[in-house]
Amino acid sequence: MAEDDKLIDGIVGRYDGEVGMLIPMMQDVQAECGYLPVEQLRVLSKRLEVPLSRLFAVATFYSSFRLAPKGAHEVTLCMGTVCYLKGAGGISEAICKEFRVEPGGTTRDRLFSFQAVNCVGACAVAPVMLVDGRYYGGVTPSSAIEVIYGLSPHEATAEKEGAR
Amino acid sequence: MSTIASKRLNCAADLERIREQLLSLRVASAKSVHICTGPGCAAKGSPRLYELFCEAVKEAGVDVEVQAKAVGCHGLCECGPIVLIQPSDIFYQRVEEPDVAEIFRETVLGDRVIERLLYENPTTGEKAKSADEIPFYKAQKRVALACNGVVDPTKITDYIAEGGYGALAKVLSVMTPEEVISEVEVAGLRGRGGGGFPTARKWRSCREAEGSPRYVICNGDEGDPGAFMDRAIMEGNPHSVLEGMLIGAYAIGSSQGYIYVRNEYPLSVECLKQAISQAREIGLLGQNILGNSFSFDIRINRGGGAFVCGESTALMASLEGRTGEPRAKYVHTIESGLWGKPTNLNNVETWANVPAIINNGGEWFANIGTERSKGTKVFSLVGKVENTGLVEVPMGITLRRIVDEIGGGIRGDKLFKAVQTGGPSGGCIPAEHLDARVDFDELTKLGSMMGSGGMIVMDEDTCMVNVAKYFTDFLQKESCGKCTPCREGLSQMLHILSRISRGEGEVGDVEELGTLAEILEGTALCALGKTAANPVLSTIRYFRDEYDAHILDRRCPAKECRGLFRYEIDAEACKACGICLKNCPADAITGEKKVPHVINQEKCTLCGTCWEKCPFTAVKKV
Repeated sequence: MAEDDKLIDGIVGRYDGEVGMLIPMMQDVQAECGYLPVEQLRVLSKRLEVPLSRLFAVATFYSSFRLAPKGAHEVTLCMGTVCYLKGAGGISEAICKEFRVEPGGTTRDRLFSFQAVNCVGACAVAPVMLVDGRYYGGVTPSSAIEVIYGLSPHEATAEKEGAR
Repeated sequence: MSTIASKRLNCAADLERIREQLLSLRVASAKSVHICTGPGCAAKGSPRLYELFCEAVKEAGVDVEVQAKAVGCHGLCECGPIVLIQPSDIFYQRVEEPDVAEIFRETVLGDRVIERLLYENPTTGEKAKSADEIPFYKAQKRVALACNGVVDPTKITDYIAEGGYGALAKVLSVMTPEEVISEVEVAGLRGRGGGGFPTARKWRSCREAEGSPRYVICNGDEGDPGAFMDRAIMEGNPHSVLEGMLIGAYAIGSSQGYIYVRNEYPLSVECLKQAISQAREIGLLGQNILGNSFSFDIRINRGGGAFVCGESTALMASLEGRTGEPRAKYVHTIESGLWGKPTNLNNVETWANVPAIINNGGEWFANIGTERSKGTKVFSLVGKVENTGLVEVPMGITLRRIVDEIGGGIRGDKLFKAVQTGGPSGGCIPAEHLDARVDFDELTKLGSMMGSGGMIVMDEDTCMVNVAKYFTDFLQKESCGKCTPCREGLSQMLHILSRISRGEGEVGDVEELGTLAEILEGTALCALGKTAANPVLSTIRYFRDEYDAHILDRRCPAKECRGLFRYEIDAEACKACGICLKNCPADAITGEKKVPHVINQEKCTLCGTCWEKCPFTAVKKV
């Protein structure tokens, strides 16, 4: 409990306790924990004097928030118009079938969390899949599955795109 | 270079002095290699190229004046990764890791051009040495993207050397807020986020609105699928956005700004953060900017992954830490926006245009474009065209020139079917209207809209019912659920469209869709709902025959809707290799060695595996 308090205090302090910065605070909690644990949200709700129900409203309204732990890797498939036209729907189906996962869900072995997002803005190389932040352009159902099979079960070292 | 700009700038003259210093240094450092690290090129591995060039520069030693620069999106994503060698302006495309050493040795050090890496004009076969010679760039005019691909987005000094923050200095030293607004009014700048509202009128209303403080917001919640213009600006030249906001804030009388960036763009957030901290360091943000009484600062908020937050009132609700639900529009955000205070919101591209207008004058800007749409517009040209990428064109250019001349026409030997503009709220424009001029009013007349600038080209293989279904599905998922017409109406429309695309459509479905669309347009609370029917309405308007084919003949003319076409094997093209037979999950294919294979239509589940796997394209959709 004390550790929860410390984490939340640090985050709340970062934004001078401003209630308007609730979303960035929750984003920080998620960045630290990988998801939004109920205990942390309780502490946050108390600190900000905002009802827990509102925190849940925010957590469930925005698609980037997670209330359950994620897998070791993050697989994100772009479902933007161009990717869709170029077959992203089929890729999503293939991944779901092969790994028995649903968009927004995590595989049972926690190897990866699978997300289908609206558009990652890399339309020129559609269809696009991201694995731990790394872009794979022009993917096909089979190449996507191949990439995922290549993932190690250990925690990913998040590679950032564009090493500037 | 960084030490030059580490001191606080106390007046406009300080800025000018630094710029001169930076330019004088630039003459000495002779060569520079620009590596595009925009989204397209980055996905093709350009960050690694940048590292390799940096290593090459290091190895070359101090005798050679060379620098490697990672720059923002250069536009021609199709041919990425793109590398430019300056000052000779050599344009290399599709550069791969093994090419780096050769480019460095031959071109950078030896001044020799490597023919192999030049762009080849597909029609004439001519090689283009510089970007200007490439048809993709010829018809373009760059204002908002002028410094994209030129400046290193991580260095404020690069932007200053190109004249950056000069417009701000001019505004603060010789212009009154009213003069700034008038200049933007003369320019005729209209909002680039989709609405097309006159920017100057918005600024003036906000300036005159009662209440303080006033807020300035930059909308970087680029949610339209198929669009990456704002991303390219935020990541390619973030300072132009900051400068635009500073000028706007001065005109409006605001001291606090916000940039709302969508969650899917982590790199944009990084770039803007860095830009803001650099600007703060030398006093271009903060208290008493350039020795003036004007103070302004900017904070970045990351979105949470909700499309509706691109709508201004929903965005402000999100900034206040609430769920992003829009509110009724009769209370204007100009008077009562963020925290109930006067708030002016503009899109990234709108802000990025402002410095150029101040520098060159409103008249210069107004000379570009059409009667009621001035200046240029950035589009992300994607889909089934040869040259996908980021383009900036003068308003009034025809769709045909964008698709054929800049885009290089349809990919492969397929036929053009439609171009979709305006994102999920836009519409599909068919071939007979390709000569329409691109401006706010013209596109609206055609049942589409300018939107934020996504331009998706579709060929004959695209089913328009499926396109309408895709956008309706998208909007139905993204509807915040606050108002009934949008929440319930869209689900009903999606239900009908899904039925049609499964071959279960009924006579009267199209009319039903029309009725629902009318209700949505008239009664939905916000722009998301009001325009949500556009994709359906425009496809019905121009492609009614496709709807009829689905409903009456149970046939998908584009052969995209599963179940509404069959697979057959072309006996002449079939080499009897057996790949389809081995891969068919339904055991529906029969055949022997040297005998063309056949699909048993009764067993076939139409999964398409044979069609995907056939190495001789002998499996046809009929």
